[in-house]
Amino acid sequence: MPLSVVAFETEPSAATPAIEPTQPVATLTNITKRFGATVALDGLSLALRPGEIVALLGPNGAGKSTAIKILLGLSAPTSGIGQVFGANPRSATTRTRVGAMLQTTRISEMLRVREHLDLFRSYYPCPLTVAEIHRIAQLHGIEDRLFGQLSGGQKQRTLFALAFCGNPDLIFLDEPTVGLDIESRRALWQQIRFLSAQGKTILLTTHYLEEADSLAHRIIVINKGRVISEGTPAEIKRSSGGRTIRCQTRLSREFLSTLPSVTSVVPTETCVTVVASDAETVVREMLLRDETLSDLEVTSPALEDAFLALTQRS
Amino acid sequence: MATSAITHSLPASSGPAHTLRIFCKETKYEFLKLMRTRSFSLAIIGFPIMFYVLFGIANRNSYTGGVHIAKYMLGGYACFGLIGAALFGIGVGLAGELAAGWLELKRASPMPASAYLFAKCASAVAFGLIIVSVLATIAVSFGGVSLTAVELIKMLGITMAGSVAFASMGLLLALIVPANAATGIVNLIYLPMSFLSGLWVPIRFMPHWLQNFAPALPTYHLSQLMLHIFGYGDSMSLSAHWNTLIGFTLLMLGLSWLIFHRKEQKA
Repeated sequence: MPLSVVAFETEPSAATPAIEPTQPVATLTNITKRFGATVALDGLSLALRPGEIVALLGPNGAGKSTAIKILLGLSAPTSGIGQVFGANPRSATTRTRVGAMLQTTRISEMLRVREHLDLFRSYYPCPLTVAEIHRIAQLHGIEDRLFGQLSGGQKQRTLFALAFCGNPDLIFLDEPTVGLDIESRRALWQQIRFLSAQGKTILLTTHYLEEADSLAHRIIVINKGRVISEGTPAEIKRSSGGRTIRCQTRLSREFLSTLPSVTSVVPTETCVTVVASDAETVVREMLLRDETLSDLEVTSPALEDAFLALTQRS
Repeated sequence: MATSAITHSLPASSGPAHTLRIFCKETKYEFLKLMRTRSFSLAIIGFPIMFYVLFGIANRNSYTGGVHIAKYMLGGYACFGLIGAALFGIGVGLAGELAAGWLELKRASPMPASAYLFAKCASAVAFGLIIVSVLATIAVSFGGVSLTAVELIKMLGITMAGSVAFASMGLLLALIVPANAATGIVNLIYLPMSFLSGLWVPIRFMPHWLQNFAPALPTYHLSQLMLHIFGYGDSMSLSAHWNTLIGFTLLMLGLSWLIFHRKEQKA
Protein backbone atom coordinates (compact mmCIF):
# COMPACT_ATOMS: atom_id res chain seq x y z
CA MET A 1 0.00 0.00 0.00
CA PRO A 2 1.44 3.40 -0.91
CA LEU A 3 2.87 5.36 2.00
CA SER A 4 0.79 8.41 1.20
CA VAL A 5 -2.46 6.53 1.74
CA VAL A 6 -1.28 5.31 5.14
CA ALA A 7 -0.18 8.81 6.07
CA PHE A 8 -3.58 10.22 5.14
CA GLU A 9 -5.45 7.71 7.24
CA THR A 10 -3.47 8.50 10.35
CA GLU A 11 -4.17 12.23 10.27
CA PRO A 12 -6.36 13.29 13.18
CA SER A 13 -9.92 14.07 12.30
CA ALA A 14 -10.53 17.79 12.08
CA ALA A 15 -14.21 17.37 12.89
CA THR A 16 -13.82 16.80 16.62
CA PRO A 17 -12.39 19.83 18.41
CA ALA A 18 -9.96 18.92 21.16
CA ILE A 19 -11.07 19.96 24.62
CA GLU A 20 -8.41 21.90 26.48
CA PRO A 21 -7.68 20.54 29.94
CA THR A 22 -9.22 23.53 31.68
CA GLN A 23 -12.30 23.92 29.52
CA PRO A 24 -15.42 22.42 31.05
CA VAL A 25 -16.84 19.34 29.42
CA ALA A 26 -20.42 20.28 30.18
CA THR A 27 -22.07 23.37 31.59
CA LEU A 28 -25.47 24.46 32.75
CA THR A 29 -25.63 28.24 32.89
CA ASN A 30 -28.40 29.86 34.87
CA ILE A 31 -30.95 27.21 33.92
CA THR A 32 -34.57 27.71 34.80
CA LYS A 33 -37.04 24.94 34.01
CA ARG A 34 -40.74 25.23 34.62
CA PHE A 35 -43.37 22.54 34.23
CA GLY A 36 -46.56 24.56 34.27
CA ALA A 37 -46.61 26.20 37.67
CA THR A 38 -43.85 24.07 39.18
CA VAL A 39 -40.33 25.42 39.07
CA ALA A 40 -38.01 22.44 38.84
CA LEU A 41 -34.77 24.34 38.32
CA ASP A 42 -34.29 27.91 39.48
CA GLY A 43 -31.18 29.58 38.14
CA LEU A 44 -29.02 26.48 38.36
CA SER A 45 -25.43 26.67 37.17
CA LEU A 46 -22.83 23.95 37.21
CA ALA A 47 -19.78 22.86 35.24
CA LEU A 48 -18.12 19.50 34.76
CA ARG A 49 -14.39 19.44 34.19
CA PRO A 50 -12.59 16.76 32.19
CA GLY A 51 -11.66 13.59 34.01
CA GLU A 52 -13.49 14.24 37.23
CA ILE A 53 -16.20 12.26 39.00
CA VAL A 54 -18.91 14.62 40.21
CA ALA A 55 -21.67 13.52 42.54
CA LEU A 56 -24.93 15.43 42.34
CA LEU A 57 -26.70 15.23 45.68
CA GLY A 58 -30.02 16.51 46.76
CA PRO A 59 -33.28 15.47 48.37
CA ASN A 60 -36.09 14.05 46.24
CA GLY A 61 -37.57 16.71 44.03
CA ALA A 62 -34.45 18.86 44.17
CA GLY A 63 -34.08 18.84 40.40
CA LYS A 64 -31.27 16.32 39.89
CA SER A 65 -33.05 14.29 37.22
CA THR A 66 -34.23 17.43 35.46
CA ALA A 67 -30.69 18.79 35.32
CA ILE A 68 -29.43 15.51 33.87
CA LYS A 69 -32.21 15.40 31.30
CA ILE A 70 -31.22 18.85 30.10
CA LEU A 71 -27.58 17.78 29.82
CA LEU A 72 -28.67 14.69 27.90
CA GLY A 73 -30.73 16.77 25.54
CA LEU A 74 -33.95 15.05 26.53
CA SER A 75 -35.44 18.25 27.82
CA ALA A 76 -35.05 21.90 26.93
CA PRO A 77 -34.62 24.58 29.60
CA THR A 78 -37.21 27.33 29.90
CA SER A 79 -34.31 29.77 30.06
CA GLY A 80 -30.56 29.49 30.33
CA ILE A 81 -28.08 27.49 28.29
CA GLY A 82 -26.94 23.90 28.58
CA GLN A 83 -23.84 22.92 26.69
CA VAL A 84 -21.98 19.65 26.31
CA PHE A 85 -18.54 19.67 24.66
CA GLY A 86 -19.20 23.26 23.77
CA ALA A 87 -22.23 22.36 21.68
CA ASN A 88 -25.95 21.75 21.86
CA PRO A 89 -26.58 18.54 23.83
CA ARG A 90 -29.17 17.58 21.24
CA SER A 91 -26.79 17.41 18.31
CA ALA A 92 -25.92 13.99 17.00
CA THR A 93 -22.18 14.65 17.21
CA THR A 94 -22.43 15.49 20.90
CA ARG A 95 -24.42 12.33 21.57
CA THR A 96 -21.68 10.15 20.14
CA ARG A 97 -19.46 11.29 23.01
CA VAL A 98 -22.03 10.79 25.77
CA GLY A 99 -23.31 7.67 27.52
CA ALA A 100 -26.03 7.35 30.12
CA MET A 101 -27.45 4.96 32.69
CA LEU A 102 -30.94 6.10 33.66
CA GLN A 103 -32.78 4.77 36.66
CA THR A 104 -36.24 4.11 35.31
CA THR A 105 -35.08 2.04 32.40
CA ARG A 106 -36.75 -1.27 31.82
CA ILE A 107 -35.12 -2.29 28.62
CA SER A 108 -36.43 -4.97 26.34
CA GLU A 109 -36.54 -8.26 28.18
CA MET A 110 -36.59 -10.26 25.00
CA LEU A 111 -33.13 -9.42 23.79
CA ARG A 112 -29.96 -11.06 25.00
CA VAL A 113 -27.25 -9.08 26.78
CA ARG A 114 -24.88 -9.33 23.84
CA GLU A 115 -27.64 -8.26 21.46
CA HIS A 116 -28.34 -5.13 23.51
CA LEU A 117 -24.63 -4.38 23.47
CA ASP A 118 -24.37 -5.05 19.75
CA LEU A 119 -27.19 -2.62 19.05
CA PHE A 120 -25.91 0.17 21.28
CA ARG A 121 -22.35 -0.22 20.09
CA SER A 122 -23.52 0.28 16.52
CA TYR A 123 -24.70 3.81 17.30
CA TYR A 124 -21.21 5.02 18.15
CA PRO A 125 -18.34 5.62 15.72
CA CYS A 126 -15.60 4.07 17.88
CA PRO A 127 -17.11 1.72 20.43
CA LEU A 128 -15.11 -0.46 22.79
CA THR A 129 -14.56 -4.08 21.79
CA VAL A 130 -17.03 -6.61 23.07
CA ALA A 131 -14.32 -8.39 25.07
CA GLU A 132 -13.34 -5.13 26.76
CA ILE A 133 -16.94 -4.31 27.68
CA HIS A 134 -17.48 -7.78 29.12
CA ARG A 135 -14.32 -7.43 31.14
CA ILE A 136 -15.07 -4.01 32.60
CA ALA A 137 -18.72 -4.65 33.39
CA GLN A 138 -18.10 -8.25 34.42
CA LEU A 139 -20.62 -9.72 32.06
CA HIS A 140 -18.86 -13.07 31.66
CA GLY A 141 -21.30 -15.92 31.71
CA ILE A 142 -24.42 -13.86 31.12
CA GLU A 143 -23.83 -12.62 27.57
CA ASP A 144 -26.32 -15.04 26.08
CA ARG A 145 -29.05 -14.63 28.64
CA LEU A 146 -32.23 -12.75 27.87
CA PHE A 147 -32.35 -9.50 29.78
CA GLY A 148 -35.56 -10.60 31.46
CA GLN A 149 -33.78 -13.60 32.96
CA LEU A 150 -31.08 -11.61 34.73
CA SER A 151 -30.93 -10.87 38.43
CA GLY A 152 -31.13 -7.28 39.66
CA GLY A 153 -27.39 -6.90 39.93
CA GLN A 154 -26.80 -8.39 36.51
CA LYS A 155 -29.34 -6.01 35.00
CA GLN A 156 -27.57 -3.04 36.57
CA ARG A 157 -24.25 -4.23 35.19
CA THR A 158 -25.76 -4.57 31.73
CA LEU A 159 -27.28 -1.08 31.89
CA PHE A 160 -23.91 0.21 33.05
CA ALA A 161 -22.26 -1.53 30.10
CA LEU A 162 -24.67 0.22 27.74
CA ALA A 163 -23.59 3.52 29.25
CA PHE A 164 -19.92 3.11 28.41
CA CYS A 165 -19.96 0.67 25.48
CA GLY A 166 -19.62 3.47 22.96
CA ASN A 167 -16.44 4.71 24.66
CA PRO A 168 -17.96 8.11 25.43
CA ASP A 169 -16.04 10.94 27.06
CA LEU A 170 -18.89 11.90 29.36
CA ILE A 171 -21.04 9.42 31.28
CA PHE A 172 -24.18 10.09 33.30
CA LEU A 173 -25.07 7.59 35.99
CA ASP A 174 -28.44 8.15 37.61
CA GLU A 175 -28.52 6.16 40.87
CA PRO A 176 -26.31 3.39 39.50
CA THR A 177 -26.21 1.16 42.58
CA VAL A 178 -29.84 1.21 43.64
CA GLY A 179 -30.88 -2.19 44.92
CA LEU A 180 -27.44 -3.75 44.73
CA ASP A 181 -25.85 -5.70 47.55
CA ILE A 182 -22.62 -4.50 49.12
CA GLU A 183 -20.39 -6.68 46.96
CA SER A 184 -21.99 -5.59 43.68
CA ARG A 185 -21.95 -1.97 44.78
CA ARG A 186 -18.25 -2.05 45.60
CA ALA A 187 -17.56 -3.80 42.30
CA LEU A 188 -19.44 -1.11 40.38
CA TRP A 189 -17.49 1.58 42.22
CA GLN A 190 -14.28 -0.09 41.05
CA GLN A 191 -15.57 -0.04 37.49
CA ILE A 192 -16.51 3.62 37.76
CA ARG A 193 -13.05 4.48 39.12
CA PHE A 194 -11.51 2.53 36.25
CA LEU A 195 -13.43 4.56 33.67
CA SER A 196 -12.52 7.79 35.41
CA ALA A 197 -8.86 6.81 35.42
CA GLN A 198 -9.07 6.61 31.65
CA GLY A 199 -9.93 10.29 31.53
CA LYS A 200 -13.69 10.07 31.25
CA THR A 201 -15.86 12.59 33.03
CA ILE A 202 -18.61 11.06 35.13
CA LEU A 203 -21.65 12.72 36.68
CA LEU A 204 -23.51 10.54 39.10
CA THR A 205 -26.56 11.09 41.23
CA THR A 206 -27.07 9.02 44.32
CA HIS A 207 -28.86 8.86 47.62
CA TYR A 208 -26.05 6.81 49.15
CA LEU A 209 -23.84 9.47 50.69
CA GLU A 210 -21.15 6.91 51.31
CA GLU A 211 -21.03 6.42 47.55
CA ALA A 212 -20.56 10.13 46.92
CA ASP A 213 -17.98 10.34 49.66
CA SER A 214 -16.05 7.39 48.32
CA LEU A 215 -16.17 8.03 44.58
CA ALA A 216 -16.51 11.71 43.91
CA HIS A 217 -13.75 14.22 43.34
CA ARG A 218 -16.35 16.91 43.74
CA ILE A 219 -19.84 17.08 45.20
CA ILE A 220 -22.58 19.46 44.11
CA VAL A 221 -25.50 19.71 46.51
CA ILE A 222 -28.74 21.01 45.05
CA ASN A 223 -32.06 21.71 46.66
CA LYS A 224 -35.24 23.28 45.29
CA GLY A 225 -33.62 23.73 41.90
CA ARG A 226 -30.51 25.63 42.95
CA VAL A 227 -26.95 24.73 43.89
CA ILE A 228 -26.53 25.24 47.61
CA SER A 229 -23.04 23.88 48.05
CA GLU A 230 -20.15 22.71 45.97
CA GLY A 231 -16.75 21.30 46.85
CA THR A 232 -14.68 18.22 47.54
CA PRO A 233 -16.20 15.73 50.00
CA ALA A 234 -13.80 16.95 52.67
CA GLU A 235 -14.78 20.57 52.10
CA ILE A 236 -18.48 19.79 52.27
CA LYS A 237 -18.03 17.86 55.48
CA ARG A 238 -15.95 20.60 57.01
CA SER A 239 -18.55 23.18 56.09
CA SER A 240 -21.08 21.62 58.44
CA GLY A 241 -19.19 22.69 61.51
CA GLY A 242 -15.87 21.00 61.94
CA ARG A 243 -14.40 17.82 63.29
CA THR A 244 -15.14 16.01 66.49
CA ILE A 245 -12.45 15.41 69.12
CA ARG A 246 -13.26 12.86 71.77
CA CYS A 247 -10.94 12.01 74.66
CA GLN A 248 -10.57 11.57 78.36
CA THR A 249 -9.01 14.64 79.91
CA ARG A 250 -8.91 16.52 83.13
CA LEU A 251 -9.12 19.87 81.34
CA SER A 252 -12.18 21.80 82.36
CA ARG A 253 -15.07 22.57 80.07
CA GLU A 254 -14.59 26.30 80.50
CA PHE A 255 -10.98 26.10 79.42
CA LEU A 256 -11.79 23.97 76.40
CA SER A 257 -14.42 26.48 75.28
CA THR A 258 -11.78 29.19 75.13
CA LEU A 259 -9.58 27.31 72.68
CA PRO A 260 -9.56 28.78 69.13
CA SER A 261 -12.21 27.53 66.65
CA VAL A 262 -14.05 25.42 69.24
CA THR A 263 -17.80 25.48 68.60
CA SER A 264 -19.08 23.12 71.27
CA VAL A 265 -17.89 21.20 74.33
CA VAL A 266 -19.99 18.34 75.64
CA PRO A 267 -18.68 16.53 78.71
CA THR A 268 -20.08 13.12 79.60
CA GLU A 269 -19.20 10.74 82.40
CA THR A 270 -16.51 8.93 80.45
CA CYS A 271 -15.14 11.53 78.08
CA VAL A 272 -15.52 14.96 76.63
CA THR A 273 -16.56 15.70 73.08
CA VAL A 274 -15.19 18.87 71.54
CA VAL A 275 -16.25 20.12 68.11
CA ALA A 276 -13.77 22.43 66.42
CA SER A 277 -13.11 23.46 62.85
CA ASP A 278 -9.36 23.62 63.34
CA ALA A 279 -8.95 20.28 65.08
CA GLU A 280 -5.15 20.14 64.89
CA THR A 281 -4.60 23.36 66.84
CA VAL A 282 -7.06 22.31 69.53
CA VAL A 283 -5.55 18.84 69.90
CA ARG A 284 -2.04 20.28 70.04
CA GLU A 285 -3.11 22.66 72.78
CA MET A 286 -4.91 19.94 74.74
CA LEU A 287 -1.95 17.55 74.55
CA LEU A 288 0.35 20.33 75.74
CA ARG A 289 -1.85 21.19 78.70
CA ASP A 290 -2.81 17.69 79.80
CA GLU A 291 -0.24 14.89 79.81
CA THR A 292 -2.82 12.43 81.11
CA LEU A 293 -5.05 12.86 78.08
CA SER A 294 -6.11 9.44 76.73
CA ASP A 295 -8.46 7.67 74.31
CA LEU A 296 -8.00 10.42 71.77
CA GLU A 297 -10.27 10.16 68.72
CA VAL A 298 -10.62 12.72 65.95
CA THR A 299 -13.41 12.13 63.47
CA SER A 300 -14.68 14.02 60.48
CA PRO A 301 -18.39 14.67 60.46
CA ALA A 302 -20.37 12.23 58.44
CA LEU A 303 -21.29 13.48 55.02
CA GLU A 304 -24.87 12.73 56.01
CA ASP A 305 -24.77 15.31 58.77
CA ALA A 306 -23.25 17.89 56.47
CA PHE A 307 -25.81 17.12 53.82
CA LEU A 308 -28.74 17.33 56.22
CA ALA A 309 -27.42 20.56 57.66
CA LEU A 310 -27.08 22.07 54.21
CA THR A 311 -30.48 21.01 52.93
CA GLN A 312 -32.34 21.95 56.08
CA ARG A 313 -30.73 25.33 56.09
CA SER A 314 -31.82 26.21 52.54
CA MET B 1 -28.96 22.31 14.47
CA ALA B 2 -31.28 19.85 16.18
CA THR B 3 -34.12 21.48 18.03
CA SER B 4 -35.94 18.42 19.28
CA ALA B 5 -34.80 15.77 21.68
CA ILE B 6 -34.64 13.08 19.05
CA THR B 7 -31.57 12.68 16.90
CA HIS B 8 -32.61 13.14 13.32
CA SER B 9 -29.40 12.33 11.57
CA LEU B 10 -26.01 10.96 12.31
CA PRO B 11 -22.96 13.18 12.56
CA ALA B 12 -21.23 14.09 9.34
CA SER B 13 -18.23 11.98 10.24
CA SER B 14 -20.15 8.72 9.92
CA GLY B 15 -20.77 7.39 6.45
CA PRO B 16 -23.81 5.86 4.75
CA ALA B 17 -22.43 2.39 5.49
CA HIS B 18 -22.55 3.16 9.20
CA THR B 19 -26.12 4.44 8.92
CA LEU B 20 -27.17 1.39 6.94
CA ARG B 21 -25.67 -0.86 9.56
CA ILE B 22 -27.68 0.87 12.28
CA PHE B 23 -30.90 0.53 10.28
CA CYS B 24 -30.24 -3.18 9.67
CA LYS B 25 -29.37 -3.95 13.27
CA GLU B 26 -32.27 -1.97 14.63
CA THR B 27 -34.67 -3.82 12.31
CA LYS B 28 -33.15 -7.21 13.03
CA TYR B 29 -33.42 -6.80 16.79
CA GLU B 30 -36.90 -5.32 16.63
CA PHE B 31 -38.05 -8.34 14.65
CA LEU B 32 -36.28 -10.79 16.98
CA LYS B 33 -37.79 -9.08 19.97
CA LEU B 34 -41.31 -9.37 18.55
CA MET B 35 -40.78 -12.97 17.50
CA ARG B 36 -39.55 -13.93 20.94
CA THR B 37 -42.51 -12.29 22.65
CA ARG B 38 -44.64 -15.38 22.31
CA SER B 39 -47.76 -13.66 23.56
CA PHE B 40 -47.50 -11.43 20.53
CA SER B 41 -46.05 -13.61 17.80
CA LEU B 42 -48.17 -16.70 18.40
CA ALA B 43 -51.38 -14.72 18.66
CA ILE B 44 -50.76 -12.42 15.75
CA ILE B 45 -49.89 -15.26 13.38
CA GLY B 46 -52.14 -17.80 15.01
CA PHE B 47 -55.48 -16.02 15.06
CA PRO B 48 -55.89 -15.35 11.35
CA ILE B 49 -54.75 -18.90 10.63
CA MET B 50 -57.18 -20.30 13.15
CA PHE B 51 -60.09 -18.29 11.80
CA TYR B 52 -59.25 -19.18 8.25
CA VAL B 53 -58.96 -22.87 9.05
CA LEU B 54 -62.29 -22.76 10.88
CA PHE B 55 -64.28 -20.71 8.39
CA GLY B 56 -62.36 -20.63 5.17
CA ILE B 57 -61.46 -24.28 4.77
CA ALA B 58 -65.00 -25.25 5.60
CA ASN B 59 -66.11 -23.31 2.56
CA ARG B 60 -63.65 -24.79 0.15
CA ASN B 61 -66.36 -26.01 -2.12
CA SER B 62 -68.76 -23.11 -1.74
CA TYR B 63 -69.28 -20.66 -4.52
CA THR B 64 -71.75 -17.82 -4.74
CA GLY B 65 -72.17 -15.93 -7.95
CA GLY B 66 -68.73 -16.76 -9.27
CA VAL B 67 -66.98 -16.00 -6.00
CA HIS B 68 -65.04 -18.82 -4.37
CA ILE B 69 -65.77 -18.32 -0.69
CA ALA B 70 -62.50 -19.78 0.51
CA LYS B 71 -60.58 -17.45 -1.77
CA TYR B 72 -62.70 -14.48 -0.69
CA MET B 73 -61.93 -15.30 2.91
CA LEU B 74 -58.23 -15.58 2.12
CA GLY B 75 -58.32 -11.94 1.06
CA GLY B 76 -60.29 -10.93 4.11
CA TYR B 77 -58.22 -12.75 6.68
CA ALA B 78 -54.97 -11.72 5.06
CA CYS B 79 -55.97 -8.12 5.69
CA PHE B 80 -57.19 -8.94 9.18
CA GLY B 81 -53.83 -10.51 10.00
CA LEU B 82 -51.57 -7.84 8.61
CA ILE B 83 -53.57 -5.04 10.22
CA GLY B 84 -53.38 -6.80 13.59
CA ALA B 85 -49.63 -7.24 13.24
CA ALA B 86 -49.17 -3.52 12.58
CA LEU B 87 -51.56 -2.25 15.27
CA PHE B 88 -50.40 -4.56 18.02
CA GLY B 89 -46.75 -4.69 17.11
CA ILE B 90 -46.42 -0.96 16.92
CA GLY B 91 -49.39 0.38 18.85
CA VAL B 92 -48.91 -1.75 21.92
CA GLY B 93 -45.16 -2.27 21.55
CA LEU B 94 -44.26 1.38 21.19
CA ALA B 95 -46.64 2.45 23.94
CA GLY B 96 -44.98 -0.02 26.28
CA GLU B 97 -41.50 1.15 25.35
CA LEU B 98 -42.45 4.77 25.83
CA ALA B 99 -43.75 4.02 29.30
CA ALA B 100 -40.78 1.91 30.34
CA GLY B 101 -38.14 4.54 29.76
CA TRP B 102 -36.46 2.36 27.16
CA LEU B 103 -37.16 4.94 24.51
CA GLU B 104 -35.66 7.66 26.69
CA LEU B 105 -32.37 5.81 26.81
CA LYS B 106 -32.38 5.36 23.06
CA ARG B 107 -33.25 9.01 22.52
CA ALA B 108 -30.31 10.05 24.66
CA SER B 109 -28.08 7.87 22.48
CA PRO B 110 -26.86 8.74 18.97
CA MET B 111 -29.47 6.46 17.45
CA PRO B 112 -31.32 8.36 14.73
CA ALA B 113 -35.08 8.29 15.28
CA SER B 114 -35.61 7.31 11.67
CA ALA B 115 -33.78 4.02 12.31
CA TYR B 116 -36.14 3.22 15.15
CA LEU B 117 -39.29 4.07 13.21
CA PHE B 118 -38.06 2.24 10.13
CA ALA B 119 -37.31 -0.84 12.23
CA LYS B 120 -40.80 -0.85 13.69
CA CYS B 121 -42.42 -0.41 10.30
CA ALA B 122 -40.21 -3.03 8.62
CA SER B 123 -41.02 -5.53 11.38
CA ALA B 124 -44.73 -4.91 10.91
CA VAL B 125 -44.27 -5.50 7.17
CA ALA B 126 -42.28 -8.68 7.87
CA PHE B 127 -44.99 -10.07 10.11
CA GLY B 128 -47.63 -9.12 7.57
CA LEU B 129 -45.77 -10.98 4.84
CA ILE B 130 -45.36 -14.03 7.06
CA ILE B 131 -49.05 -14.13 7.92
CA VAL B 132 -50.20 -13.72 4.35
CA SER B 133 -47.75 -16.30 3.04
CA VAL B 134 -48.87 -18.86 5.59
CA LEU B 135 -52.52 -18.15 4.86
CA ALA B 136 -51.96 -18.45 1.13
CA THR B 137 -50.16 -21.76 1.60
CA ILE B 138 -53.00 -23.12 3.71
CA ALA B 139 -55.59 -21.86 1.25
CA VAL B 140 -53.89 -23.49 -1.70
CA SER B 141 -53.10 -26.73 0.12
CA PHE B 142 -56.32 -27.32 2.03
CA GLY B 143 -58.82 -24.76 0.85
CA GLY B 144 -58.91 -25.76 -2.75
CA VAL B 145 -58.03 -22.23 -3.68
CA SER B 146 -56.31 -21.67 -6.98
CA LEU B 147 -53.83 -18.83 -6.76
CA THR B 148 -51.62 -17.74 -9.60
CA ALA B 149 -48.09 -16.53 -8.98
CA VAL B 150 -49.05 -13.04 -10.15
CA GLU B 151 -51.93 -12.95 -7.70
CA LEU B 152 -49.66 -14.00 -4.87
CA ILE B 153 -47.10 -11.36 -5.71
CA LYS B 154 -49.80 -8.71 -5.87
CA MET B 155 -51.11 -9.90 -2.52
CA LEU B 156 -47.68 -9.52 -0.96
CA GLY B 157 -47.37 -6.07 -2.48
CA ILE B 158 -50.71 -4.94 -1.05
CA THR B 159 -49.63 -6.49 2.26
CA MET B 160 -46.58 -4.26 2.37
CA ALA B 161 -48.61 -1.16 1.56
CA GLY B 162 -51.27 -2.04 4.12
CA SER B 163 -48.67 -2.73 6.81
CA VAL B 164 -47.17 0.70 6.31
CA ALA B 165 -50.59 2.36 6.42
CA PHE B 166 -51.61 0.69 9.64
CA ALA B 167 -48.16 1.06 11.13
CA SER B 168 -48.78 4.79 10.97
CA MET B 169 -52.07 4.27 12.78
CA GLY B 170 -50.23 2.20 15.39
CA LEU B 171 -47.77 5.06 15.82
CA LEU B 172 -50.58 7.53 16.52
CA LEU B 173 -52.24 5.16 18.97
CA ALA B 174 -48.98 4.64 20.85
CA LEU B 175 -48.62 8.36 21.25
CA ILE B 176 -52.09 9.06 22.56
CA VAL B 177 -53.04 5.90 24.45
CA PRO B 178 -51.60 5.14 27.91
CA ALA B 179 -49.46 2.01 27.85
CA ASN B 180 -51.46 -0.19 30.18
CA ALA B 181 -54.68 0.52 28.29
CA ALA B 182 -53.09 0.04 24.88
CA THR B 183 -54.01 -3.62 24.31
CA GLY B 184 -57.61 -3.05 25.31
CA ILE B 185 -58.08 0.06 23.23
CA VAL B 186 -56.41 -1.41 20.18
CA ASN B 187 -58.77 -4.40 20.41
CA LEU B 188 -61.77 -2.12 20.77
CA ILE B 189 -60.79 -0.35 17.57
CA TYR B 190 -59.41 -3.26 15.58
CA LEU B 191 -62.17 -5.82 16.01
CA PRO B 192 -65.24 -3.71 15.20
CA MET B 193 -63.34 -2.01 12.38
CA SER B 194 -62.48 -5.40 10.88
CA PHE B 195 -66.00 -6.68 11.17
CA LEU B 196 -67.62 -3.57 9.73
CA SER B 197 -65.25 -3.63 6.77
CA GLY B 198 -66.38 -7.06 5.77
CA LEU B 199 -63.13 -8.84 6.60
CA TRP B 200 -64.97 -11.73 8.19
CA VAL B 201 -68.35 -11.61 6.54
CA PRO B 202 -68.88 -9.79 3.21
CA ILE B 203 -70.74 -6.57 3.89
CA ARG B 204 -73.59 -7.38 1.62
CA PHE B 205 -74.73 -9.95 4.14
CA MET B 206 -74.95 -7.30 6.82
CA PRO B 207 -77.94 -5.04 7.53
CA HIS B 208 -77.97 -1.92 5.38
CA TRP B 209 -77.38 0.52 8.18
CA LEU B 210 -74.16 -1.32 9.13
CA GLN B 211 -73.01 -1.44 5.53
CA ASN B 212 -72.83 2.34 5.46
CA PHE B 213 -69.89 2.38 7.83
CA ALA B 214 -67.63 0.50 5.50
CA PRO B 215 -66.49 3.20 3.04
CA ALA B 216 -65.41 5.36 5.98
CA LEU B 217 -63.04 2.71 7.26
CA PRO B 218 -59.49 2.35 5.96
CA THR B 219 -59.67 -1.39 6.57
CA TYR B 220 -62.49 -1.62 4.04
CA HIS B 221 -60.43 0.09 1.38
CA LEU B 222 -57.45 -2.15 2.04
CA SER B 223 -59.58 -5.26 1.79
CA GLN B 224 -61.10 -4.04 -1.46
CA LEU B 225 -57.61 -3.55 -2.89
CA MET B 226 -56.81 -7.11 -1.88
CA LEU B 227 -60.04 -8.53 -3.29
CA HIS B 228 -59.65 -6.66 -6.55
CA ILE B 229 -56.66 -8.89 -7.26
CA PHE B 230 -59.05 -11.84 -7.46
CA GLY B 231 -61.68 -9.84 -9.26
CA TYR B 232 -63.96 -9.88 -6.19
CA GLY B 233 -63.87 -6.17 -5.49
CA ASP B 234 -66.74 -3.67 -5.31
CA SER B 235 -67.74 -1.11 -7.89
CA MET B 236 -65.53 1.69 -6.59
CA SER B 237 -62.46 2.41 -8.67
CA LEU B 238 -59.07 1.18 -7.56
CA SER B 239 -57.66 4.70 -7.47
CA ALA B 240 -60.42 5.79 -5.09
CA HIS B 241 -59.37 3.01 -2.70
CA TRP B 242 -55.69 3.87 -3.03
CA ASN B 243 -56.33 7.56 -2.48
CA THR B 244 -58.31 6.88 0.67
CA LEU B 245 -55.63 4.59 2.04
CA ILE B 246 -52.83 7.02 1.25
CA GLY B 247 -54.82 9.93 2.65
CA PHE B 248 -55.45 7.95 5.80
CA THR B 249 -51.74 7.19 6.17
CA LEU B 250 -50.79 10.82 5.73
CA LEU B 251 -53.43 11.86 8.25
CA MET B 252 -52.09 9.40 10.82
CA LEU B 253 -48.52 10.53 10.24
CA GLY B 254 -49.47 14.19 10.40
CA LEU B 255 -51.35 13.80 13.67
CA SER B 256 -48.50 11.76 15.13
CA TRP B 257 -46.06 14.48 14.22
CA LEU B 258 -48.21 17.16 15.85
CA ILE B 259 -48.75 15.18 19.04
CA PHE B 260 -45.10 14.25 19.27
CA HIS B 261 -44.03 17.86 18.95
CA ARG B 262 -46.53 18.98 21.55
CA LYS B 263 -45.14 16.35 23.94
CA GLU B 264 -41.60 17.51 23.17
CA GLN B 265 -42.41 21.07 24.05
CA LYS B 266 -43.80 20.07 27.38
CA ALA B 267 -40.78 17.90 28.17
